[in-house]
Amino acid sequence: MIDFTTIWKYLPRILDGAATTLELVALALFIGAVLAIPVALARLSDNPFLKWSAYGYIFFFRGTPLLVQIFLIYYGLSQFEAVRESIAWEVLREAYWCAIIAFALNTGAYTAEILRGAIQAVPKGQVEAAKSFGLSPVQIFIKVVFPQAIRIAIPAYGNEIILMLKGSALASTITLLDLTGMTQTVIARTYMQTEFLVVAGIVYLAMAFVVTRAFKIIEKRFNRHLMAVKI
Amino acid sequence: MIDLQGFGDQLFFGAVMTLRVAAGALVLGLFLGLSGAVAKLSNSIIARAIAETYTTVIRGLPELLVVLIIYFGSSSILTAISAWFGDDTFVEVSPYMSGVVALGLTFGAYSTEVFRGAFLAIPAGQGEAARALGMHRWNVFRRVTMPQLWRIALPGLGNLFLVLLKDTSLVSIIGLEELMRQTKFAVGFTKEPFTFYFTAAMIYLLLTIITMRVLHAAEKRANRGFDEVGG
Repeated sequence: MIDFTTIWKYLPRILDGAATTLELVALALFIGAVLAIPVALARLSDNPFLKWSAYGYIFFFRGTPLLVQIFLIYYGLSQFEAVRESIAWEVLREAYWCAIIAFALNTGAYTAEILRGAIQAVPKGQVEAAKSFGLSPVQIFIKVVFPQAIRIAIPAYGNEIILMLKGSALASTITLLDLTGMTQTVIARTYMQTEFLVVAGIVYLAMAFVVTRAFKIIEKRFNRHLMAVKI
Repeated sequence: MIDLQGFGDQLFFGAVMTLRVAAGALVLGLFLGLSGAVAKLSNSIIARAIAETYTTVIRGLPELLVVLIIYFGSSSILTAISAWFGDDTFVEVSPYMSGVVALGLTFGAYSTEVFRGAFLAIPAGQGEAARALGMHRWNVFRRVTMPQLWRIALPGLGNLFLVLLKDTSLVSIIGLEELMRQTKFAVGFTKEPFTFYFTAAMIYLLLTIITMRVLHAAEKRANRGFDEVGG
C-alpha cells in the first residue's frame, strides 16, 4: 500500500532539507548564545536603562509567536525605504538570513533568561569569598560565576535546543527549503502528503533524540564531581 | 499612532478566532494530559507504553508538522474510510478542527508530564487514609486527589497555555482565519507589512499579559489555604 520506491527515490532530497535545518539551527544557536551573555548581564545590572531594555527585548521575543517575528523581519522591514536603500538590504532581502536573524533573536531571549536564572543560582557566598581574596568583578565573573552558571544551565539549554530545532520548521513559511520546506516541495511533486510528512517527522524525531542523548552525556560529564561514589 | 486603515475590526475578529482555537485545544489537551498522566502511573505495561510513545513522539515533532499531518493526514484517512464503505467523496476536515486537534495533542503531551509530577507530589498517605475511611477509589480521586492536583499543576499548565496561545499562529498556515491570517490579508491590501505584523505582535503580547494576570489570580486563589513563605 505504501509506495516505498518513491519514498526511497526522494529520500536524498529530504535529507538535504534536514542538512539545511541543521545549518539554520546551528548558526542561530551560536549567534543567540553570544547575544544571550550580555543580555543576561544587562538584565542583572543595577543600571535601570540596561535592565529595562534587556527586559523589554526578552519580553517581546518570548511573548510573541516566532512566526510573527519571522514575518516582521522578512516582510516587515521592506516597508521602510531607508532599510531598502541601506547596505543591510543585501542581507535582509535574503530569506535565509532573515530566518537566521529571527531565530537568533528568539533563542537569544530564551537563553538569556536561562542564563540569568543560572547566574542567580550560584551561591552568594562564593562571590563574597572571591571578593575577599581580592578578585576583580570581571575575574569573579569569568573564574567563579560563569563556569558554574553554565553547568546549572545545561539541562534547560538542552530543552531550548530542541525547541529551536522544532521552531526552525517555520523557515519553510518564507520559502526556505529546510526539512519541512523540502518535504512540501516533494509532496507537490508526488502527491504523497501523509507519507512524506511522516518521513519528515521521523527525521525530526531522530535529530531530537540525538540532541537529548548528547545532552544527557554532557550533563553527566559536567556534574561528575557531584556524582555519588559507586561502591 | 498606528493607522490601521479600517482593518482594526478584522484583526479583532482574528484575535477572537485565535482565542477560540486556544480554548478548544486547552479542553482537549487537559483531557489528554490527565489521561496520559494516569496511564503513565498505572500498573498496566500497555497503558504506560502507549502514553510514553505519545509524549515522546509529539514532543519531538515540530508543532507546524503536527498541524500539517493532522490537517492532511486526517482528510486522507477519513476519505479512505468512507471509500471503504463505498462512498467516494473527498472528506475534508476543517482547519479549525485540525488546529484544535493538533494543538490539543501538543498541549496534552506536555501537560502529561505536569500532571504526572503533580500526582507524585501528593503524599500517598492521603489516598491511603481516604481508602481506610471507606471511600471508593473514584471518590478518593474526586475529593482528595483532584482538588490538590490543580493547585500543584497550575503554574506548569499556565506556562503551557502561554506556549499554546503563540502556537495558534501556526494554524494560519492551513488557512484558518485567525489573527495571523487576518493580518496577512490586511498586509496584502495596504502594502504595509511592518505596521500590521507589529500590531499583530502587540495583540499577542496583550493576550499574553492578560493570561499572565488571570493565571496569577488563579494561583493566588488555589493557594489561599497556604501561608505564603516570607510574606
